[in-house]
Amino acid sequence: MSGTKTPRLPLEGVRIADFTWAWAGPYATELLAFLGAEVIKIESSHRPDHARIRSLTLGLSTKGLDKSPVFNDLNLNKMSIALDLRKSKAVNIAKKLVAVSDVVIENFRPGIMDKLGLGYDVIKAIKPDIVMLSSSALGSEGPESSYTGFAPTFSALGGAAHLTGYPDKRPVPLMGSSDLRSASTSAFAVLVALYHKACTGEGQYIDLSSTETVAINFSDSLMDYIMNGRVAVRKGNRDDILAPHNVYPCKNDRWISIVIATEDEWRLFCEALGNPSWTRDERFSDAYGRWCNQEDLDRLIGEWTINYTHYEAMELLQKAGVAAVAALQGVELYSDPHLKERNVSTHVVHPNVGRRVALGPPWKFSATPARVKHCSPMLGEHTEYVLGELLGMSREEVAALREDGVLS
Amino acid sequence: MVKAALSGLKVLEYAQFVSGPYCSKLLADLGAEVIKIEPPLVGDSARRREPFLDDIPHPERSGFFLFLNTSKLGITLDPDTVTGRDIFLKLVADCDVFIEDNPPLSMKDRGFDYENLSKINPRLIMTSITPFGQYGPYRDYKAYHLNSYHGSGVARVLSSILPKETPIPTKGPSFLGDMDAGLSAATATMAALYGRLFSDEGQHIDISKQEALMALERVEIGMYGNEGETKFSTVFMQQMVGGLQRCKDGYVLITLGGDHHWKGLLRLLGDPEWAREEKYQGEMGKYKYAQDINEHIAEWMKDYTKEELYHRCQSSNCPIGMVTTVADLVASRQLESRGFFGEVEHPVMGNVSCPTSPYRFSETPHCFHHPAPMLGEHNEEIFIDRLGYGKEDLMRMRGAGVI
Repeated sequence: MSGTKTPRLPLEGVRIADFTWAWAGPYATELLAFLGAEVIKIESSHRPDHARIRSLTLGLSTKGLDKSPVFNDLNLNKMSIALDLRKSKAVNIAKKLVAVSDVVIENFRPGIMDKLGLGYDVIKAIKPDIVMLSSSALGSEGPESSYTGFAPTFSALGGAAHLTGYPDKRPVPLMGSSDLRSASTSAFAVLVALYHKACTGEGQYIDLSSTETVAINFSDSLMDYIMNGRVAVRKGNRDDILAPHNVYPCKNDRWISIVIATEDEWRLFCEALGNPSWTRDERFSDAYGRWCNQEDLDRLIGEWTINYTHYEAMELLQKAGVAAVAALQGVELYSDPHLKERNVSTHVVHPNVGRRVALGPPWKFSATPARVKHCSPMLGEHTEYVLGELLGMSREEVAALREDGVLS
Repeated sequence: MVKAALSGLKVLEYAQFVSGPYCSKLLADLGAEVIKIEPPLVGDSARRREPFLDDIPHPERSGFFLFLNTSKLGITLDPDTVTGRDIFLKLVADCDVFIEDNPPLSMKDRGFDYENLSKINPRLIMTSITPFGQYGPYRDYKAYHLNSYHGSGVARVLSSILPKETPIPTKGPSFLGDMDAGLSAATATMAALYGRLFSDEGQHIDISKQEALMALERVEIGMYGNEGETKFSTVFMQQMVGGLQRCKDGYVLITLGGDHHWKGLLRLLGDPEWAREEKYQGEMGKYKYAQDINEHIAEWMKDYTKEELYHRCQSSNCPIGMVTTVADLVASRQLESRGFFGEVEHPVMGNVSCPTSPYRFSETPHCFHHPAPMLGEHNEEIFIDRLGYGKEDLMRMRGAGVI
């Protein structure tokens, strides 16, 4: 047989026993699956991944475990084996799977894996060089380790909600992105541990706190409090130093973001607007003056931007050398010429829901292009493959397990 | 000496402010040797960004620069001078990873694009982090953090849960999007490094901040693509049972994942009469009458502090999060017990507490191997000890603005 050879992906040959559910765990293993890892999701219809059923943040509930748009977006490239881990035979199969895996990832409440008989001690005894990552709301140790939460909880606990939104309005929790940020951090940590394992033969345990994956991002404000005792507040789209630094209204209820960071940019900006008289107002003549008078400045800029579409304003100002970018929204992300040329979205065909769009991986590799290979699995879709091909069980053994209700 | 996951790995950084430096800092704190190139005299622009220790602006007093550059070696170098270029290319030839955030055209014009650099170092992994990536119509567009946040559409996703009276697209706090891009770049870099162990080949990684941000709202963005906009934008936090609620001294956030959480909350409320009403039963009932239910909850909460509610509710199996300020985070016993804050000993700033990392590796712990470098701190070590220049060469190069 001949044909074009697809490049070897970075994680080809890495097998991951994936005990994760919801969002924060599954997106971590999805990222690793984009990179070529063989990810086998262990799940059960008795306690299904709740992303198969509902989304709290999107207010969705789905009929049928294989039809959830959330689940189907977060489990691409993976396989699924149905195992009812309440049964000891199922736990034994999970252990066999661990024995032929390189990585174990889970995001249950701390202590659940131990209760299932699949804690790190057990896992390590089965596979001494395993990399195991546990992701939880606040980490698996410490006085609050038993506390739980969802993405909005992490964003509140990690300091994001307090800092998002407007000073005179309520705090704004970040939603799903807090889970996906936690997941991205997990994927990075696993890659580091895999690299160390490949170089030294040593595996290890990684304990990750989703709350801390949020908090780390506000290190500038944390340092300000530590050093100067200042407690940061939310400030909408504004900056501590720069102005203009905001979004401005355009035609058709759209917005453009504009940032002026230098005197040069201010001059170029004024020129692009045709140097209207207000740009020579003394109050706007230096960066500090512009910052102090930004209410007026923002209003005047808005009176100019409203005459253009956000794309027109972006093109006009970028040509002049000004950082102005259209605030894209919703379906525009699929028609934008730049994102289109970069093939940011792709299609996935799922046997139950048909053709759906999905974003591809967020990186472009020149030699090992990470990619969406296939749709998210139906619950237990690969049970036979995993038990037969991977673990070498006979058809009779598999049938007997099925009879016992282990594979459900 | 702490055992480090990435010891032996050589990283060269030619980047400023947040994304590029954060990307290489993630690697440096895990043991990689990172040499950071800064422009002579002025240095990385983060040095000029607050917060400054005691509010005194000074290039060695920025707490943000400190956080973003721990564990690195710092040199000053102008690669646009003839000598500077030679030195730069020697450093590229000798590293495993090159992390940069310069405009793609400027790198190409100077012959610093991957095609050229890979000729002198075929195993090089080059990670480029720019607002819109290495190709496409917006490649040369200028964008700061605010622009990237809005250009990626995630600000719009965020504002879909804002109170209805402020439907303005709103950015995430601090430099969240720039940090996200740095993490995404570090992830891709680690993947390429892992792959290189088997292929022995280098490659170029193109990170677009716009796409790094979109990735974090991939579910919502997927909903737009598949269902259109209307269906999704009608969902507001205030229609949830719980959600964001005011209490005595701030806010808490209640997310109920199922009936067991609901029951946990009711136990605390003393199993009130109203909750037994028929209309509140079942999931749909709770969605439909969320406003009523929330009024009951709010009435109960107003007498408690956020900290009291957080611990009481969590202990009753109801996942409440309190809305924390940076002061709360610094005071958190949980964060403290996990070592979320560590000490850096800095020659100018003294002993400063600094956030460490959200992960705990059992065998190869995160560690501040050095404080952030002072401007040009390691010039002698790199130029004299490693590259073999003499002390006098250094003096002349300094005079000529090379370093």
